[in-house]
This record gives sequence, structure tokens and C-alpha cells, in this order.
Amino acid sequence: MSEWRTTDALTLDVPGRGGARYWLVGLNPAAKLLAALLLGLGLVPAVDAVTGGVVLAGALVLLPFSGIDRRTLFVLGGPFLLMGLSSGLVNYLYGEHGAEGALGAAVRLLAIALPGLLAAVSSDPTEMSDALVQRLRVPERPAMGVLAALRLIPLLADQWRTITLARRARGLEAGSNPARVVTLFSGRLFALLVRSIRTGTLLATAMDARAFGTGPRTRARRSRWRGADTLLLAGAALLLVAAYALSSRLGTLVLLFS
Amino acid sequence: MELSGWGWRHSGREEYALRGVDLAIEPGERVLLLGASGAGKSTLLHSLAGLTGQDAAISGDQEGTLLVDGRPADRGRGAVGLVSQDPETQLVMARAGDDVAFGPENLGVDPDLIWPRVHGALAAVGFPYGPRHSTGALSGGEKQRLVIAGALAMRPRLLLLDEPTANLDPAGAELVRGVLARLLAETEATLVLVEHRVADVVDLVDRVVVVEPGGGVIADGDPATVFAGYGRALAEQGVWVPGREPEPELPPAPGGGALLEAEGVAARTPFQLGVRSAPRRVVVEGVDATVNAGTATALTGPNGAGKSTLLTLLAGLSRPHRGQVLPRGPLAGVDRRPLARWPARRLAGHVGTVFQHAEDQFVTATVRDELRFAPLRAGMGRAEADAWVDELMERLRLTRLADVHPYTLSGGEKRRLSVATALSSGPAHAPDVLVLDEPTFGQDTRTWTELVELLGALRAEGRALVMATHDGLLLRHLADARLRVAEGRAVYEPAERTAPARTGEEGGGRE
Repeated sequence: MSEWRTTDALTLDVPGRGGARYWLVGLNPAAKLLAALLLGLGLVPAVDAVTGGVVLAGALVLLPFSGIDRRTLFVLGGPFLLMGLSSGLVNYLYGEHGAEGALGAAVRLLAIALPGLLAAVSSDPTEMSDALVQRLRVPERPAMGVLAALRLIPLLADQWRTITLARRARGLEAGSNPARVVTLFSGRLFALLVRSIRTGTLLATAMDARAFGTGPRTRARRSRWRGADTLLLAGAALLLVAAYALSSRLGTLVLLFS
Repeated sequence: MELSGWGWRHSGREEYALRGVDLAIEPGERVLLLGASGAGKSTLLHSLAGLTGQDAAISGDQEGTLLVDGRPADRGRGAVGLVSQDPETQLVMARAGDDVAFGPENLGVDPDLIWPRVHGALAAVGFPYGPRHSTGALSGGEKQRLVIAGALAMRPRLLLLDEPTANLDPAGAELVRGVLARLLAETEATLVLVEHRVADVVDLVDRVVVVEPGGGVIADGDPATVFAGYGRALAEQGVWVPGREPEPELPPAPGGGALLEAEGVAARTPFQLGVRSAPRRVVVEGVDATVNAGTATALTGPNGAGKSTLLTLLAGLSRPHRGQVLPRGPLAGVDRRPLARWPARRLAGHVGTVFQHAEDQFVTATVRDELRFAPLRAGMGRAEADAWVDELMERLRLTRLADVHPYTLSGGEKRRLSVATALSSGPAHAPDVLVLDEPTFGQDTRTWTELVELLGALRAEGRALVMATHDGLLLRHLADARLRVAEGRAVYEPAERTAPARTGEEGGGRE
């Protein structure tokens, strides 16, 4: 009887769940993580733009199905885009392979980063932790600890805002003096640290009160591996093979240290 | 459960928090644990839950014996359910059902039996949503009900409640008390409860135990007997005893012209990151409000309705999304710009703010420096500043603590210091407007009375007070105008100020 409830409890009660737009969200986080790892590691040896470009194109195809909204993509993906561009620029100015090498460096960085970003952002933290423990045999204590800590992030963000307001109330504001900006920022950081240690201690005590760490745990949720998860992994492997095949057929393949 | 000659000393402390405690509680008893602040009530509950000991979450030295069900308490962790004050730091998981399942998982309950338990516990506390509901999207009262469900799902023999309603608004506290009353009526559960708002819970218990700081049990018996014999002594120690609420002596409010005016002010929630994160939402909209000199304005309304947000706007700390907060009268003579555009130093000299969590506003390493900070920055001479600081410390009973780090103070001391820092900044020894977020929150009757009398004196000097509060007693004694914040709007309500009711139904502050 508990079977349907077990699966029922697997999804967060949020409107808009399901449908093609959230296809990636519904997959097992372990599959997403493995696929991202496979693509990332697989791309390490190849430094040309075509191999990386094929993988990047494949990852971009999944983007509309990851449920990620434009603002989040911009905020989280922005730094990677910048890193890719600057890496390309540095290679262009100082590298030995000219424009081609620069393009390769930029594309490769993005092709390695994007699948990981998609895996992280499209996975519910609880499902991620379940998958890590049950599918990838990660030890339970750190996985639960990270999960509990994730729940505190919004709380921490609130505390940061309050501390910032409180400094203004005490007459502390940096203005345009860069030295004061640094001093004040570190003061706020320290105040936040004190608050977060207190919050963390309270949460750890509450977890202990609920018998955490007294003995072997059972798992109320099962992390399921479905056909689609195998499909994603197979797709990632295929994409990688296709990328290498295409670049060597075109003669553009450049391997690291060659 | 049975304690004999039991004592506990936190590691690094010289004095025992509790010592020589002899107490036996039989199955099915409902016990209210009382004592002055710092009497070690929470420590006793934590020990009963098996959280204290050599390798446990809270370390220190134990003497005597403490048995739960005939076993040392630290061996039976999990057989006892503990619910503490703040639900925010007790929820572990992102989804309601998962959180309730967390305890049974840790106890190694068969997965097939966990979900029936979860559904049973959620039903028992009247949780209004499904098990997939996000724990982050709940109100305080709903969160605390979920915490209780989490404890119940472990099927504990003993339920320990440490001020379970202290962090909740009246509606949330009422919800939780309703759940407790039903649980106690329908089950045989043994209960030990710590609660400062005695009047609210006295009907739920059949026995009252009073403990003394550093000592043992000084009174034990049914509620009527204990309050008849020890009511006065308890009240003098700062405990909120029914029928013995404090009676602050307040000078009348002189009233005066407007100092601040909010015009069509609106505020939004901060933005969040993540897949399907909630879009920014308008918290309050179209608020018109006037803050008058010599008047105490109270912001009331449920938690999360935007009282604190509106307070930061009125204090000039954050910028409204729409509309503006403008200085009026003498304040407009200082700077005509909207309050949010004032430089911080000027703002601090004229508008003081007391935050709900006092620690947030401490910026130095000792109590004396904390108070000296603003006057020195305002250009006051060293000697003059020291004299003013000494006077402030004397007034708020902080002299003894002058060289102590603010973070190490007790709750009541922190609150007094945070009020003192806000007062320290003004040119005329106090700012023109004092903005306070839940100033009496968690205070015993002694600090409560001191605070209210101090605020009354400031009002009599012609200063404006703006406070967000759901302390009924504070409202009745001090509020001249009430602005009710609910459902995104703020509406003035008539403030009927009558003599405080003797029933203590809304009985004031908590510790």
C-alpha cells in the first residue's frame, strides 16, 4: 500500500511540474550527474572547437527542457560565459594556435561547464541527496548534512539582508571609500558567521533529538532509475563519440599536448 | 522518568545550571516546568531528550542520575520527542512529509511503515497541506505544527516542549495550543512543558514544578497550590504568573506634529535564485502612514504580513519599491530628501532602530564600546561620551557588564543593550524617532517593565515610537495608534486603551 505513497512523496508540490519543459527535472539526479561527469571528462583531451562545439550544442538542446528560467540562467551562467570569453581572449593574445585555438579554449570551457550546471540546477536537493546515497553509495552523514545546510541558505540570505540594514541603522555605510567597503564588508561577514554557527548548532541539536546518528537508518524514499535515465547516459556517451568522430573526419581534432 | 541528586554544568562554566534535582514523573502526567530566566529549564529538557553528555550535542559535567524508562537518558535518544522554540531551526528537509519521515528513518523503521506514520502524524496536528508541500512556504504556526508532527511520528513515550509558541504570532500560538490540547485529550502521552506565558497553558497541565537557578526543585504540586504558595515569589523573579502581570507606571503621551510621513509606500520580497523560484511579490502596497512626535504607533498583524518590512521603510533603512517616506517638521529641517536617501550617519542620529535579533546590530567587542560608538562618531568629546554611556548603563542595569562581549550576554541583557545603543546615538541623548521590532519579545516581567517604562519616558519627552508587536499587554499600555498590516495593506485601527485585563489572556512578553 505504501508503494504509491513512496513515489508520491518523491516530487515537490510545486505547480508547473511535469511536461516537456521539465523533462530534465524529472530524471534521476545520479544520471544527470554521471552524464555531466562523462561529458566533462570526455572533453578533457580535446582542445579544438568542433569536438567541444558538438557537445555544447547537445547540451544547449537540453536547455529548454531543464525548467531553468532566464534570470537564473543569466545569473549562474553569466560567470561561466565570462570565463569562457576571457579564456578565449587570453589564448588569442598569448596562445600559439591563434584564433582557432582561442575559439577551441572558449568552447571547450563552456561545453564542460554547461552539463554540470544543468545537472545541478535541474535537480531537487532532496532527490540529489537520495540519489547520491542510494545510487552512488555516498556516505549518509555528509549527504544529510549538506541537505540540511541547503535548507538554511534562504535563512542565511535573510540574515545577511538584516545585518546590512542593521549596519545602516548604526550609522555605518561605506560610501565611496574602497578601504571602508572592505572593512565594513568583513564586519558584516563576521556577524553572519556568528549567526550561522548558532543556527547550525541549533539545527544539529534538533537532528540529534530526532535520533539522527543513533544507528542504521532506513530510507523512506526510493531513488528510482528509469529507462529515461539510461537513455540520458547513453545519449551523453553517443554525443561524445559523435563529437570525436566528426572532428576527426573533418580533420579539426586537436588533442591536448599534441 | 526519575532524577535524583541530578545536576548539570555546561563545559567551561564554574557554576552548575541545575543541582540537586530530585524529581519523579509518572507516565501520563502533564508537567509545567517553571523558573526564573537562567534557571536551567531548557537544560533539563535537553538532558531528558538525551542531548547532554560526554559525546552528545551539548557537552558538560553531569552529577547524580537521570533515568527515562529506567535507562540513562542519553542511551534512549529518540524515545523522547523534543519540540523547541524556533521551528526554523528544527525542520531538516525541504518537503513536509520527508521532514516527518526523518525521525522514523533514523530509528530504522521499516520503510513500508513510515508513510502511514507520516500521514497519521500530519493528520494528528491538523496539517492543512499534503506531504509534498515545501517546508519553506509555511507560516510559523504551520511550521511548528510540522515540528510536532515530526516528534509524534517517532511515537515517543515522553514529549518535551520548550516554549513551543514563543516565536509565533497569537494566531500561530493559538493553532499550536489547540493541537496540544487535542493531543493531550486523545492520548496518554506524558508531557513536560516549559512556557513563560503561564496563563495560556495552565489548563493543559496537572502539575507545576518550579526550579531555582543553580539549585533544585523549590515547589511541586498542582497549579492552584503552587501559584497560591509561590505566585508572588515567582512574579518577583520575573515569571509571568497569571493574575500578577506587571503594572508599569507611564506618564501620559504628549502627542505632537508629524515627524515622518509614508506616501503610497510599497515593498517587494527580495529575489531568489533557482528553478521555479517564487517571483518577487509585493508585500505591502499603497501604505499611507504618519509618525507623530510624542506618540507611540504600533504595527500589528500576523507574522509574515509585512510588519518588519514596513518598519525598515519607516526607519529609512531600505528603499520602497514605490512611494516614499518623507521627513516632516523638525526632521525636514535636517534634510528634506526621502529618508531612504539620507546618509547612514545622519539617519542614525535622528532615527534609531532596535532589531528583533539584538545581535544583528552589535558592531564592537564590549558593551561600553557598543554604547560609546555612536556618540564618538557624532563628534561628542571623550569625557562627555563616557558620562553619557555610564548614565545609559546605569539606567538599563548594564554597568556590571561594561567590559563583556555583547554576544555573550543573556537574552534580556542583549535586548536592553540593543535599546541602549539605539538611544545612545542622538544629539540630544536620544534620536527623534525610535523604531522597534518586537521589543518585548521573549522578556521576563522585570525587563518587560523596565523597557515599557523607559519607552514611556521617551514618549513623554516628545519622541516618536514606532513598534511592531503582537504583545497584547504592551499594546494596551503603550500604543496610542494602531496600524494593522495584513494582506498587503496597512489600515489604522482605533486604539482602545483600557486597564489591562486581569485574565492575562494575551499575557505579554516571553522569555
